[in-house]
Amino acid sequence: MRIPPRAVHVGMLGILWSVTLAAIGTLIWIIGWVLWHGLPSATPHFLTSMPQDSGAEGGILSVIAGTLFIILGAVALATPLGVGTAIYLVEYTRENWVTRVIRYGADCLAGIPSIIFGLFGYVFFVITLGLRWSILSGSLTLALMSLPTIIRTAEVALRSVPQGYREVSYALGATRWQMVLRVVLPGALPGIVTGIVLALGRCMSETAAVIFTAGTVLPDRIPTSPGDSVRTLAVHFYLLATEGTSESQPKAFATAAILVLAILVINVSAYTLMHRFLARYR
Amino acid sequence: MKQDSAIRLILLGLAMSSVAALAVITLFIFREGLPIIFRQGPGSFLFGSDWDPGAEPAAFGIFAMIAGTFAVTGGALLLGVPVGLGSAIFLSEFAPRKVATILKPALELLAGIPSVVFGYIGMLVLSPFIRDHIGGSGASVLAGSAILGIMILPTIISISMDTLRSVPRSYREGSFALGATGWQTTWKVTLPAARSGLVAAVILGMGRAVGETMAVIMVTGNTALVPKSPLSPARTLTANIAMQLNAAVGEHREALFACGVVLFVIIMVLNTFANWVAKLGKRA
Repeated sequence: MRIPPRAVHVGMLGILWSVTLAAIGTLIWIIGWVLWHGLPSATPHFLTSMPQDSGAEGGILSVIAGTLFIILGAVALATPLGVGTAIYLVEYTRENWVTRVIRYGADCLAGIPSIIFGLFGYVFFVITLGLRWSILSGSLTLALMSLPTIIRTAEVALRSVPQGYREVSYALGATRWQMVLRVVLPGALPGIVTGIVLALGRCMSETAAVIFTAGTVLPDRIPTSPGDSVRTLAVHFYLLATEGTSESQPKAFATAAILVLAILVINVSAYTLMHRFLARYR
Repeated sequence: MKQDSAIRLILLGLAMSSVAALAVITLFIFREGLPIIFRQGPGSFLFGSDWDPGAEPAAFGIFAMIAGTFAVTGGALLLGVPVGLGSAIFLSEFAPRKVATILKPALELLAGIPSVVFGYIGMLVLSPFIRDHIGGSGASVLAGSAILGIMILPTIISISMDTLRSVPRSYREGSFALGATGWQTTWKVTLPAARSGLVAAVILGMGRAVGETMAVIMVTGNTALVPKSPLSPARTLTANIAMQLNAAVGEHREALFACGVVLFVIIMVLNTFANWVAKLGKRA
């Protein structure tokens, strides 16, 4: 028997709807589950006090501070490299073998799993350069990891600045660098910032690459130098979840809730920023 | 003009940073890992079934971990590919514009959730569920596959959607003009036109699954034996590295870097293949 095409269409549409809803439902359930179990324990006191008894008691203040230092350091290192790369690719060259090599490098870097970055950071920064387990080793490793994200978004942002802006700038007698600095970069800024914010989020959620470079030591004070070893939120959560006792599980949940909440805020603001930015030139 | 060429040179230097990073990473991973592979012989390293760094003499055969990696990845694809492609097709071809503009970024949020959180859910919800309702100890290939299947969705969905959207409108209009239904158009016109991009999306999703570490460690049980069924525990290459690196010295550490070399090669082959397939489609 031949099923009428119209019926097949309706049937397939139903299947596709339900598959998509299942995917979205899983997402909402995951976020909801973590926040539901974690937020009740994530009190202001938890956020503003130092951890005690390997994290089973007290709060996560030093962990939050360590996380911020590492991810801000990583982005501070990666931004000039990434934005510089994007400016070169968009404003200073045509497509040729050099740009192909650069793009190939960035694409490969984007595909490398975080555990490989962890291995590399461990042998190169921690051991060979003698930086030990530290904020600096962690930031350097994460900087390499977030480079492709920053390059890609900055490239998209620069390309979305209309060609006419550049022509007008030249017509007024500006040099190429003046044009880039005064016309293109300000125009592309929100898009570039989006990439930086996305990179912050990626660094924050990373575990495998920082656990071997920033270490697992749980500091009982706010770190004061880039040479201090710290534990990031994700690493702290992982260790509480896998090595902690049943008493430390509420703290694990609370840490997870803070982590997920922070990443949600970071990603939603990045998307809003990009959306507004792209609408500007449409 | 002198200033212009100086700036160009500086920017070129910055632009070489990612290439340089890739080169240094490759160099160091291979320098640490290759010697032991050749000392022991690639055959016995890759296909040796015994991993026992504590024994005298220590045994470094990673076949169980390679099998574990591919078992978990294969399972993840069985779940992630139909759901991922289905959602991508729905969002790009059938969903009302408003629905798609809200749901696409929402699904991409999945990519932002830390892998340790996925692992925790697997550990506390999925593994106990499998133990109580399906069988085995719960920490299994199945649990790892299910969690990874969800984790690779954003990769598959966002690349597939970009590919589907790049199929010219006129293809679909031509099909509708011949009286085809929406699904006939999708199945016979849009999907074949986007085929290579969709294959690339699946391969890149596979690369993500192979490289995932933390979530897998938390749910697969990590026994260094070739898994016999979806309910057996398994250890992946990534888990092997992450679990032992802190305690490893000497030959043991070299062997872990050698696992890194194998992982690196698998990922590079997958990514190069995905790139090649995607380009093939653009030329046609």
